[in-house]
Amino acid sequence: MIAALNRRQALAIGVSAATTAILGGSVLPAAAANDYEDLIKKFTGGKVPTVGRVKIDAPEIAENGNTVPMTIMVESPMTPASYVTEVLVVADGNPRAGVATFRFTPDSGIAEANTRIRLASTQWLHVVAKTNDGAFFMAKKEVKVTIGGCGG
Amino acid sequence: MATNVRPRIRLDKKQAKKGELVEVKALVSHVMETGQRRDASGKIVPRKILNKFVCTVNGKEVFAADFEPAVSANPYIQFKFKAQESGKVVLTWFDDDGSTIVGEESIAVS
Repeated sequence: MIAALNRRQALAIGVSAATTAILGGSVLPAAAANDYEDLIKKFTGGKVPTVGRVKIDAPEIAENGNTVPMTIMVESPMTPASYVTEVLVVADGNPRAGVATFRFTPDSGIAEANTRIRLASTQWLHVVAKTNDGAFFMAKKEVKVTIGGCGG
Repeated sequence: MATNVRPRIRLDKKQAKKGELVEVKALVSHVMETGQRRDASGKIVPRKILNKFVCTVNGKEVFAADFEPAVSANPYIQFKFKAQESGKVVLTWFDDDGSTIVGEESIAVS
């Protein structure tokens, strides 16, 4: 049966098994698992973000995972009445999920920011934006990494 | 040491019309040690990153960011702000060790 699974499915089973182990009251694994879903839940307060309005600009294939350029953009009028307050960026394949949080104000004029990040391996970037009226929007993008950003 | 670091900051324009967007690009030298690596003797190298960044224009916050260890060494940040009035653009990075790195530019708004 294992042979019929692709890597992602096998990984998913592994993760759910690990979760079951935790819920079952056994000891935590030595290395904490990537908790990107928890981070998103904490950020949204449990709300499910709507897909859209967020754009992630990152390379399809990153040769060097130590420094991957990434731009996030959120559609918003950015007026005092309606603007993007915070944008959370998480990576689901790093040892730790958190990447960065950007905070905007109406004086930002546009909800756009660029930075360079570390990615340990091929994985998905998840970006969640929060607006001043409490709505959440998201997007995700896969980045293939040739050389990982954690010395590997 | 972090205190001696001079950030490199570039505004895409020194003079702007009111309401125009000004782009800021900033680069600062910093190791951004993740706290995940081990040294030759197998000991974990303690985490040391710039965990927070704030940009103010005339004392008013226009953009800020929280960084995690997943931000690359020598962190680069690029963002925009809306020109409202002439004044000082101050960029501040906060180190895990409590020190700060500060850079300053000026903008003329007509």
